[in-house]
Amino acid sequence: MILLINICKEQLHELEFVKPIQDILLKNNLKFKVVHYKELKKIDIDNAKRIIICGTSLKDNDFLKNMRLFFWIRTCNKPILGICGGMQIIGKVFRNGRIEKKKQIGFYLVDFKKEFFGIKGKREVYELHNRYIFPNIRDFEILAERQCPQVIKHKTKPFYGVLFHPEVRNKELILNFAKGNK
Amino acid sequence: MKCALLFSGGKDSTYTGYLAVKNKYEISCLISIFSENKESYMFHTPLIEQTKKQAEVMKIPLIIKKTRGEKEQELLDLERAIADAVKRYKIEAIITGAIGSVYQASRIHMICDRLKIECFNPLWQKDQIELLEELIKNKFEVIISGVFAYPLDEKWLGRKIDKKFIEEVSELQKKYKINPAGEGGEFETFVLNCPLFKKELKIINKKITGEKNSWRLEVEVE
Repeated sequence: MILLINICKEQLHELEFVKPIQDILLKNNLKFKVVHYKELKKIDIDNAKRIIICGTSLKDNDFLKNMRLFFWIRTCNKPILGICGGMQIIGKVFRNGRIEKKKQIGFYLVDFKKEFFGIKGKREVYELHNRYIFPNIRDFEILAERQCPQVIKHKTKPFYGVLFHPEVRNKELILNFAKGNK
Repeated sequence: MKCALLFSGGKDSTYTGYLAVKNKYEISCLISIFSENKESYMFHTPLIEQTKKQAEVMKIPLIIKKTRGEKEQELLDLERAIADAVKRYKIEAIITGAIGSVYQASRIHMICDRLKIECFNPLWQKDQIELLEELIKNKFEVIISGVFAYPLDEKWLGRKIDKKFIEEVSELQKKYKINPAGEGGEFETFVLNCPLFKKELKIINKKITGEKNSWRLEVEVE
């Protein structure tokens, strides 16, 4: 079972940032459960095979005020993919990654020098963010950059973050993560 | 939260408004952009004038902004209309019916970001057939008001979106790659009735114009 963690403050944003990921999993007959981060229980994490922390809107930074609710990530050993806000969360829970301001909206070209869940070479990605994470490089490797880190990977744990939205363009990234194909 | 619905009178913007109300958001006003350019990148709805009647039956104030429909100027006109809604109705968010157009969605995101308001796109990336099925399930009465792609012709004008329509457009999707919800501009729609309307709209006058695979239905409703 894939656990989808919803970080949206507004209910209506769930349809925009979580449902498209649900649809990708549904179309591929992959079981999933959606839980809001404020209602997350230990059993949800225990029952999950893999975890996706979905993104949220440009103006929504509410999750950053509740970082303590993500400290479970530090001791988790299950594969986690953070998308946009989810990437900021993954980078921030470890030795205080820095959140910086950077607005990117629309299509951008990103060079994936190493294959990342089926994505390699120059690819067009969809960006929608006002902030990004500069993770502590003792913990994370930066796999792709475009004006700021676009893809990060934890050095010892199966934790990954993408700043762009693969549920809009590059859906196969989500599918490969969900299926465990690197 | 007080919101403004970016409203064209078609199925997507009306259904997105329905989803907002269902999720307890308040639609304080509608915003319709009347474009003089039929090839507009952002606004190209044959029956845009009739949004006045739809707003009346929804009992929601309508802000109309006219634009010449030139590529970047129309975005400035949209921004002025949204800024007007912020000032007059104290809205904190815009709701759009964007499904897959990154061009449209990213430009509206930028405008909302500049105006420091939220942007909701509840239909974003939604499966087109799922959307059509939800319209029927939620008692939306929607007609085809324009067709602009082969093999669609004037016979499609005025047709209601029902199960048979879904079957036929699904076939056209397989055969001709017609987007079943018309997101690629293959067809345009107009909503005659839905749960947001206090009464059903009736067509009192209609005129068909066009040629080959580009046809428009002009109607007057009351």
